[in-house]
Amino acid sequence: MEPTDIGQSDYFHKVVDCQWACPAHTPVPEYIRLIADGRYDDAYMINWKSNVFPGILGRTCDRPCEPACRRGRVEDEPVAICRLKRVAADNKGDIAHRLPTAPAAKNGKRVACIGAGPASLTVARDLAPLGYHVTVYDGDAKGGGMIRSQIPRFRLPEEVIDEEVGYITGLGLEMRLGERIDSLKALLEEGYDAVFVGSGAPRGRDLEIPGRQEAAANIHIGIDWLSNVSFEHVDRIGRRVIVLGGGNTAMDCCRTSRRLGGEDVKVIVRSGFEEMKASAWEKEDAMHEGIPILNFLVPKAFTHEGGRLTGVTFEEVAPVIDDRGRRTLVPTGNPDQHFECDDVLLAIGQENSFPWIEREIGMEFDRWGMPVVDAATFQSTLPGVFFGGDAAFGPKNIIWAVAHGHDAAVSIDLYCRGEDVRQRPAPGVTLASQKMGIHEWSYDNDVSNDLRFKVPLRDREVALKNVKVEVELGFDRELGFAEAQRCLNCDVQTVFAPPACIECDACVDICPVDCITFTDNGEESELRSRLTAPAKTLSQALYVSPELKTRRVMVKDEDVCLHCGLCAERCPTGAWDMQKFRLDMTLAGSSCQSR
Amino acid sequence: MTFLAKPKLHHPGLPTNALGFNRRDYEGAISTLCAGCGHDSISAGIIQACFELDLPPHRIAKLSGIGCSSKTPAYFLGSSHGFNSVHGRMPSVLTGANLANRDLIYLGVSGDGDSASIGFGQFAHSIRRSVNMTYVVENNGVYGLTKGQFSATSDKGSKSKKGVANTDQAIDLVSVALQLGASFVARSFSGDKHQLIPILKAALTHQGSAFIDVISPCVAFNNHPGSTKSFDYVRAHNEAVNSLDLILERDEIVADYQPGTVELVTQHDGSVLKLRKLAEHYDPSDRLSAMTYLQQRQAAGEIVTGVLYVDPEAGDLHEHLDTTATPLNQLGDAALVPGAAALAAINASLR
Repeated sequence: MEPTDIGQSDYFHKVVDCQWACPAHTPVPEYIRLIADGRYDDAYMINWKSNVFPGILGRTCDRPCEPACRRGRVEDEPVAICRLKRVAADNKGDIAHRLPTAPAAKNGKRVACIGAGPASLTVARDLAPLGYHVTVYDGDAKGGGMIRSQIPRFRLPEEVIDEEVGYITGLGLEMRLGERIDSLKALLEEGYDAVFVGSGAPRGRDLEIPGRQEAAANIHIGIDWLSNVSFEHVDRIGRRVIVLGGGNTAMDCCRTSRRLGGEDVKVIVRSGFEEMKASAWEKEDAMHEGIPILNFLVPKAFTHEGGRLTGVTFEEVAPVIDDRGRRTLVPTGNPDQHFECDDVLLAIGQENSFPWIEREIGMEFDRWGMPVVDAATFQSTLPGVFFGGDAAFGPKNIIWAVAHGHDAAVSIDLYCRGEDVRQRPAPGVTLASQKMGIHEWSYDNDVSNDLRFKVPLRDREVALKNVKVEVELGFDRELGFAEAQRCLNCDVQTVFAPPACIECDACVDICPVDCITFTDNGEESELRSRLTAPAKTLSQALYVSPELKTRRVMVKDEDVCLHCGLCAERCPTGAWDMQKFRLDMTLAGSSCQSR
Repeated sequence: MTFLAKPKLHHPGLPTNALGFNRRDYEGAISTLCAGCGHDSISAGIIQACFELDLPPHRIAKLSGIGCSSKTPAYFLGSSHGFNSVHGRMPSVLTGANLANRDLIYLGVSGDGDSASIGFGQFAHSIRRSVNMTYVVENNGVYGLTKGQFSATSDKGSKSKKGVANTDQAIDLVSVALQLGASFVARSFSGDKHQLIPILKAALTHQGSAFIDVISPCVAFNNHPGSTKSFDYVRAHNEAVNSLDLILERDEIVADYQPGTVELVTQHDGSVLKLRKLAEHYDPSDRLSAMTYLQQRQAAGEIVTGVLYVDPEAGDLHEHLDTTATPLNQLGDAALVPGAAALAAINASLR
């Protein structure tokens, strides 16, 4: 193998699995260390800069970081990264003075954001401090978009939304709430320098099966119903409720039903339990509230009597692997099953909908009726119009919307300054030794043996009585500290300096996870098979040194390195050093515009 | 030196042996030796060897004297019996322990100071008596704990860290062990575990006195140009006579070699030493020619390593003394204290 080029920022970035997996590339280990240190304000600000909604995301994020977490590869469960973020948000002091402000002198450019959800608010936050005049339109009376309308209050209290949305609206935005945009053409005629479409994926999919029309009064589209609950237009549901669908919206629907009078609530899903789209922890939370999840049942008809819903009939299916190796669901032939109920909630998907974008304005749409959007710049084929969040590439989640918003803001800023939107700014990267003394590092390298701590919950009896009572109590400071100590500090990198190495094997002998091997070089797949411990996780890189004195090379498998620094402590010549890799994404308005 | 305990987390794919232990189960406390010390590599080799041999940790006794090397038993086999004796007195303590309980596996760990200076006599007599043990000398040619004076195994002409040449003749422990009748003699290098681990395994399965001289560079005081025990010097002058695979009785012997290139030596316990010849005409079963060869190569400035001599049929001290086959701790009071009449009978037989 060729020697690894550690000068290339992606190499060490990938080693920080959580940060690499995060769409916004939040420096996770850095803020976790600050939480352990009790520096909640600093931890919050790192998050705020990167992901804009720390308190909201600390309760609701889809956490792509956690399945990526290295701790999950050396023991069963990853660090509770998401809930640690909440610890920073819950325990911070007043951070108002640390927030940016809009400059008194504007730059003369006007930007319109359609929708006041996470993508639009991120664009607004990034652009307003640069002097842009940002106008945000939303049909709802309050900002937040789906954060406010679709996430139940028992998961996310309204005060948290008000606070974090308020930090952004406080930047001198022009908030045009209660104004739904019905025509992009008309908006463009108002002469904005750029328009950002962050209108989400607002249409819940319907289920056209027999009985749908007749029983319509008791069949509800999940996201609309959740929104009605959030805005207090709906405050009760029947005693027996069936939720159709296996995603996170289904989980929110069933748990909300339990709080609005639903006593016998079930989730019924076409697919198997494992294949459900809902996150594992959301399924767990639903089951914890006494909600059964029934699988492999396909809805066939709504039964009704006298215009009133009486239940749903299902066909039983089973997974079968066909000739091409594809998995399909085929009927088992068993008799259909009927479940009685008073109400049905449909949570079988949602989609984008752009009836308000006139086709004649020249924007290109694909054959599914979605606007053609560049995946890197978020620019549509109409140069001054940008998309982001669910509106860009279909339903994802808040953290993706934030990441899109940052990128779109960079594009809008470049576009408004007459520069090429394809010239993306490079991230800011630093790599610095953490050595403080012979056995002293600037980070706590003693690896905690604790297993993942559970977030304390409110008593179930109390929680199920009120839809506005938050279920999770969050980690307190002590638990937050203990959980933070589980973080392996993957951003503190093992950096190898080949000329200093005397090949004494001290690092090989001390490494608790057998990462390091000195051996003859070879082709990657062959090399992977003959290391101290075979390197079977192919997605994890091998760090290969140039040839050493004995003509061997040092090979380090990054896979399960604990970043404990013992290799560096044991190295007699300082050939190993622990160096902190810090990568910050460059946001709109940076002076460094070349990559 | 490290202050932190080694994290308990280990590689998820770490294999287990026949006893269900993984390699980490054979570790001891964290080493407090200097960073990069060759001794730590030998400890790692012992851990690996015991793991691969499926040795039950509670059946091993590790004994040592005083010095950097004699500290190392604290850093491996944390669940085994240990005895840290007076300086240079490990061989007599080991001999006594062996006589009392012949069922344990005895591992003596010593250094060049402990075995070639203050304990030279003890070393010589334990070898001479064929005590069934593995005697490892971690040989760095320097008094590391007292900051770098020449030891008795420093080669004549080897330079100290300050550049002063040694004027005394070195004691070659391997030659002494051969002369005194050790039935397994080997030399290896801490920086070459591929060679060291099979040798350790062969020695641990050997019935009789097995002696291994392991050259182990002292990174703090004896790893500079001019030293003959530095990593660079040993790597440049290392001449292995053979490479060893130890085949346990449970394993199948695969004939994957050209006739005449490999020698198979079956030991007392049924294990087979598969010695692949590297030096032409070297015969590890011939004590006299081994001694001659060593002297010749040494004169040429080479460090001869590998299995230098092995006698698979050697007897041990218990056989020579015709002792009871039962460890003393398993004998009843009647056997251990036979009474005045028995003593009188012995005395009478000696009159």
